[in-house]
Amino acid sequence: MYNFVEHGGKETSTINEDPVKYEQFMKRIEAGEKIEADDWMPEEYRQTLIKLISMHGISEIMGALPEKEWTPKAPTLKRKLGIMAKVQDEMGHGQLLLRVAEDLIKPYGKQREDLMNDLLTGDLKFHNVFHMETRTWADAGVVGWLVDGAAIISQTNMLDASYGPYQRALQRICAEEVFHAQHGEAIIMELAEGTEQQRNMLQDAVNRWWPALLMFFGPDSASTTGSSKQEVTTKYKIRKSSNEELRQAFLDKYLPRVFSLGLTIPDETLRYDEEKEYWIYQQPDWNEFKKIISNNGPRSKERIRLREISYEKNRWVRQALAPAPAYS
Amino acid sequence: MTVIKTADEAKQDRAYLQSLTELLYQLADDDFIISFRGSEWLGLAPHIEEDVSFSSITQNTMGHAVLYYQLLEELGEGEADILAHDRSSEKRRNAVYLEKKNGEGDYIEEPYYDWALTVIRQYLYETFKKVKLEALLQSSYVPLADTAQKVLMEQTYHLAHWKTWVRQLQDSTDEAKSRLQFRIEEAWDEFLDVLELGPEAKEMEKHQLIVSEEELQQQWLADVKDTLTYIPDKPLQKTNGSGRNGEHTEDLTQALNTLNEVYEMDKNAVW
Repeated sequence: MYNFVEHGGKETSTINEDPVKYEQFMKRIEAGEKIEADDWMPEEYRQTLIKLISMHGISEIMGALPEKEWTPKAPTLKRKLGIMAKVQDEMGHGQLLLRVAEDLIKPYGKQREDLMNDLLTGDLKFHNVFHMETRTWADAGVVGWLVDGAAIISQTNMLDASYGPYQRALQRICAEEVFHAQHGEAIIMELAEGTEQQRNMLQDAVNRWWPALLMFFGPDSASTTGSSKQEVTTKYKIRKSSNEELRQAFLDKYLPRVFSLGLTIPDETLRYDEEKEYWIYQQPDWNEFKKIISNNGPRSKERIRLREISYEKNRWVRQALAPAPAYS
Repeated sequence: MTVIKTADEAKQDRAYLQSLTELLYQLADDDFIISFRGSEWLGLAPHIEEDVSFSSITQNTMGHAVLYYQLLEELGEGEADILAHDRSSEKRRNAVYLEKKNGEGDYIEEPYYDWALTVIRQYLYETFKKVKLEALLQSSYVPLADTAQKVLMEQTYHLAHWKTWVRQLQDSTDEAKSRLQFRIEEAWDEFLDVLELGPEAKEMEKHQLIVSEEELQQQWLADVKDTLTYIPDKPLQKTNGSGRNGEHTEDLTQALNTLNEVYEMDKNAVW
């Protein structure tokens, strides 16, 4: 699950490309052809894909961690099996996407380990929602239902992406995300129809997750956070709709469901404008958003720490698996 | 050999039922607890591919536990969910070695888990699980023989996975070898509990539910010797107690408190 959120970085559009090759490339893109890993591609395209896909991949892996907190605690055997299957899928998505990213970074002499290192140094960001706390079992439900629900909307937007390896990975990922959303919805339904304690737990989780869910789709425009890759990804036909269009699609799909369960949204200004046909809502704190994705969110440090520990504790395993003579 | 085809038939013979339920609790609780320990590993494995495989194995193993709990439910032991979540430590029949923590620390904060422990434990356990399942194919209790058949279809791959890890690591660096040897030495002091069938062992054999402990152990040892290049020169023991007798450690208490946390909030609620 993931949505591409710009976080600054190297400006590549000024790099001089061979105009003939560039024109041919753009013709292929315009004609709806898929670009493959070994095809010629402009630097800007490659860089954009690397950022998009490595962040997507690492977000899937970091995204397994919030739910992992509740995996051993799932309250029934059925839920245990469900959430175990789900977190395994997320790891699988991460693996699939990192493989795609690895092909793209190969010309720079980089590999998987560099991506993992970039995560630890903070150079590779992961999605805002996975920096958040999962305080109760209801959070595990909300993550499955609304976060994966949001992910389906943002990823469906790229199902026809011009880069073939990514586009094909997304077909499979989206199919599995649909199951995740159903798994989340099943947890939510039991809580919504359950005891007062269960309903309160659910409402509390929805209240806490609301700003993060709005942030999920990224800022409306570059003016909000200083930069946005929306234009570039659209130009290269990696995505179709804008951040705001996706957010509106999410609100359209999920708000009626939220309300039908008797839940409320912590935003008094929230309303649907019948004339303009869109939702009016309180903007989340975009400064907070920037803080979160710079690894200063509620659980950023702890989650990265888990990867660090795994990296350190398993050093001997990597050395053992490396072709002899083994180096770190 | 008398063949018992249904739960209702099994319930007719009190002695048979007692041996059968005892055996099923051992099978269910072993898979349940080792799957729990596996679920704590998610996101911490040596590489992403391993996280994917290990979590798949863990999930399958929980599925196996569910099958056994369901057999117990059919025999009138109570709902599978209650059997999994709501039995105190002394009622649990899993081997103590399988409840051992993955390492120091907590699965959410500072988990200093040891991959060598996991590789050795999973390998030794899966090797024995296969021996046991193959014996169960001939069980007088048909629903159990059928379940064993189903489980074996997946379990073969689990064993192959851990065998690959053992083979790779034991033939690699000196550090890997010594870490593995340390965990093999430790296992030799504790694994006997896994290999036992508890106080009902003789009755289980008499009712042809499963073969004798000796037969199982011999087969396991032969299989293990085929793969491990290092075998301790000492007898197998169960120094941390006998889980088959309901003896357990603090590690099981920690596991139960974690896996019960949400369930305990409201046992009557639907989750």
